[in-house]
Amino acid sequence: MTRVLRQFWPFWVFLGLAAVFAKALIGIDRGAIDPHAIQSPLLGKRAPEFDLPSVLDPTQRVRLQDSAGRYRVINVWGSWCVACKAEHEALLKLHLQQSIQFIGIDWKDDPSTALEYVRKLGNPYDAIADDQAGQVAIDYGVYGAPESFLISPQGIVLAKHTGPLTEAAFAAEFAPLMKPGATS
Amino acid sequence: MMPEWGTLALALAIVLSLSGAVLGLGPMPLPVELNLKLLRNCTLGVWWALAVAFALLVTALVTHDFSVAYVAKNSNTELPRLYCVAAAWGAHEGSLLLWALLLSLWSVLVARHSRSLPPTFRLKVLGVLALVQLGFLLFTLLTSSPFERNLVVPDEGADLNPILQDPALALHPPLLYMGYVGTAVAFAFAVAAMLTGHLDQAFARWVRPWTLASWLALTLGITLGSFWAYYELGWGGWWFWDPVENASFMPWLAATALIHSLAVTAQRGLFRQWTLLLSILTFSLSLLGTFLVRSGVLVSVHSFAADPTRGLFILGLLVFYIVGALLLYALKGQSLTQRGGFDATSRESFLLFNNALLVTTALLILLGTLWPLFLEVFQWGQISVGPPYFNVAFMIPMLPLVALASVGAHAAWKHGALWRRARGLAATAAIAMVLAVLLRSVYPSGGSWLTLCGFFAGCLILCSSLALWWWDLRASFGLRHAAVGMVVAHLGIGVFTIGVTGVSSFAIEKDVSLAPQESAVVADYRVTFIALQPVKGPNYDGLGGTFELRHANQWLATVESQKRVFHAGGAPMTHAAIFSRGGYDLFVALGEDLGAGKWSLRLQYKPLVRLIWWGGVLMALGGLWALVFRAKEVKA
Repeated sequence: MTRVLRQFWPFWVFLGLAAVFAKALIGIDRGAIDPHAIQSPLLGKRAPEFDLPSVLDPTQRVRLQDSAGRYRVINVWGSWCVACKAEHEALLKLHLQQSIQFIGIDWKDDPSTALEYVRKLGNPYDAIADDQAGQVAIDYGVYGAPESFLISPQGIVLAKHTGPLTEAAFAAEFAPLMKPGATS
Repeated sequence: MMPEWGTLALALAIVLSLSGAVLGLGPMPLPVELNLKLLRNCTLGVWWALAVAFALLVTALVTHDFSVAYVAKNSNTELPRLYCVAAAWGAHEGSLLLWALLLSLWSVLVARHSRSLPPTFRLKVLGVLALVQLGFLLFTLLTSSPFERNLVVPDEGADLNPILQDPALALHPPLLYMGYVGTAVAFAFAVAAMLTGHLDQAFARWVRPWTLASWLALTLGITLGSFWAYYELGWGGWWFWDPVENASFMPWLAATALIHSLAVTAQRGLFRQWTLLLSILTFSLSLLGTFLVRSGVLVSVHSFAADPTRGLFILGLLVFYIVGALLLYALKGQSLTQRGGFDATSRESFLLFNNALLVTTALLILLGTLWPLFLEVFQWGQISVGPPYFNVAFMIPMLPLVALASVGAHAAWKHGALWRRARGLAATAAIAMVLAVLLRSVYPSGGSWLTLCGFFAGCLILCSSLALWWWDLRASFGLRHAAVGMVVAHLGIGVFTIGVTGVSSFAIEKDVSLAPQESAVVADYRVTFIALQPVKGPNYDGLGGTFELRHANQWLATVESQKRVFHAGGAPMTHAAIFSRGGYDLFVALGEDLGAGKWSLRLQYKPLVRLIWWGGVLMALGGLWALVFRAKEVKA
């Protein structure tokens, strides 16, 4: 026994390490592990409710519950955010192609600049909430803009995408989680 | 047709490596001498085949042959010639080919310069090298061939990653790979020693120059990489504890430990088991680095296209080589019995501490690098381990190491006999303390008690190394070459320590927003934003900001920082303006357009920062001296 311990310890230590690596690789391959994702602790939990003034019409309010019963993408953005400009084109296309709700959270932004921004570049959102205080972004644990969340008809956070949303990312990360019957 | 010749050359290299491995490690029906001759020709053949393959890749890049997928992905017609060549190692597939090419170069060198070794031993060394070569060539050809064709030939290629378009890059990866791959030589010697039973002092003497050579390349590669990150990434940092940097630093620490333990084994025949294990560990860490970087299990700024299939392949290779070697070690390495003891203050004791501290540091860095992965695999949550951990994990073993090296270099083998120099060493320490206090007083603000510790450790090793020269000269036997190499390398450590201490204690960083004609002050230096003008490069456009630097109203320089947008797309790159004088650097980086004519700027004052790289250069020079002159001594 002592011989096995004394002489073989580097061997066993290394085998253990290799097993961990193999497990990690298989996890990545199956999509269970994504080292690039900053995972949200919200996944699988109820999406935080919000009630904010609308950017498009300040007399109106935007609430998450208003779109209950449908799949929705909550997109955190700002007119100040350079990377958000990069995803804008993709959002417009996705909004046309997908029959789901897009709710923009205009994060720490001047609503008039935001309004001008969507007027100039096109509006991919069904509703835009004005989150000047950044409270909703905090509730959702946002690290930076843009970030997008896929919410189920029942209000459960299904997925999170960090960085500009692309059509490919939507197809790979969001689309497989949506059951076709429930989208309409 | 050219890429097909490249694939053919790769295939030929695979066949030759396989033959080499069989000749070296298989059963030996032929006489040893004939076997060896055949094996040497195989080694030479692999080198030529890979040289042809590499030349074909470079030709494809320079002639913009976009029918080759690698060329279309990593270069375009606007890319300057130098970077077309550098693109050959700018991405995963090409850099693997360079890896293989350099390994074949090492193998040829070993084949040529090992005539004094026993033929069977030499056979095994070259056989192990051929086996390592075989694995990596199979990996290249099967999962990552740079010669794959595009079905549709694009008119224009993408571009080489803009952050890689820099002259330092032309040298950094080849040097680093030279070092990485070089660790395979020590590994091959260790395995051959265990296979043939040549586990004596001679083994250590044979392998030492090779270890030194790969350590030298690794040192230069890391130093250059750090310098490149400093002026090219635009953040003004010189080390980020990024997984890829750690992947190069861990083998460096292990190789440094190995050089020192080899000294003990060569001189006294002690530490033999440990030296064997360390040879395996050094190569394992360099393979592990390759695995971590290429498989995508860790996130890094140096992104190679991550691919779990490639990851599994490299993991397979890693397991095959390392498990094989460790098994061999478990069965054969431990039969060694050691004779001869040593005193507590002998050089052996100090080198033992040196090894313990260096290997501890390497393992602590390994732990920090892998920790996020462990947590994720066992689903304990997600964390990232950052500089606060690494800085402490690095500093706690390193400060005592520097202090021990200052004393240990004076200790004699077996019986330390340090008392002979007790008074001299005490005087050295006193001088070092005075110097450290003086250095500390140059910077009136900032710093802590650690600053003084760092300066003291740096000055101590400088003074004690110089004192070694002084005593050697007085003792009339003059300077010994091995000692010269060691002293120069240790001076490098001292210079490096002072640089790190200075810049981490006294650097000042300021983010300001300025419009042209406005100015800001950073550490007594006034930075005035003069003007903004468009700039045009060969494959990028951008904006350049001119800045005037003044100290106490005295003009120092006018510098330009650029923001470059490459035609092939991607995020804009910052090209920082760096003004360097004597003991400090001033660093100006142009940031974002804030509107209304204002720009965000990052200003930094970095005292002593250059010493970090000069320290690295000195260490490498020391290694070079030991390598060149020791080789002469051994031959003579």
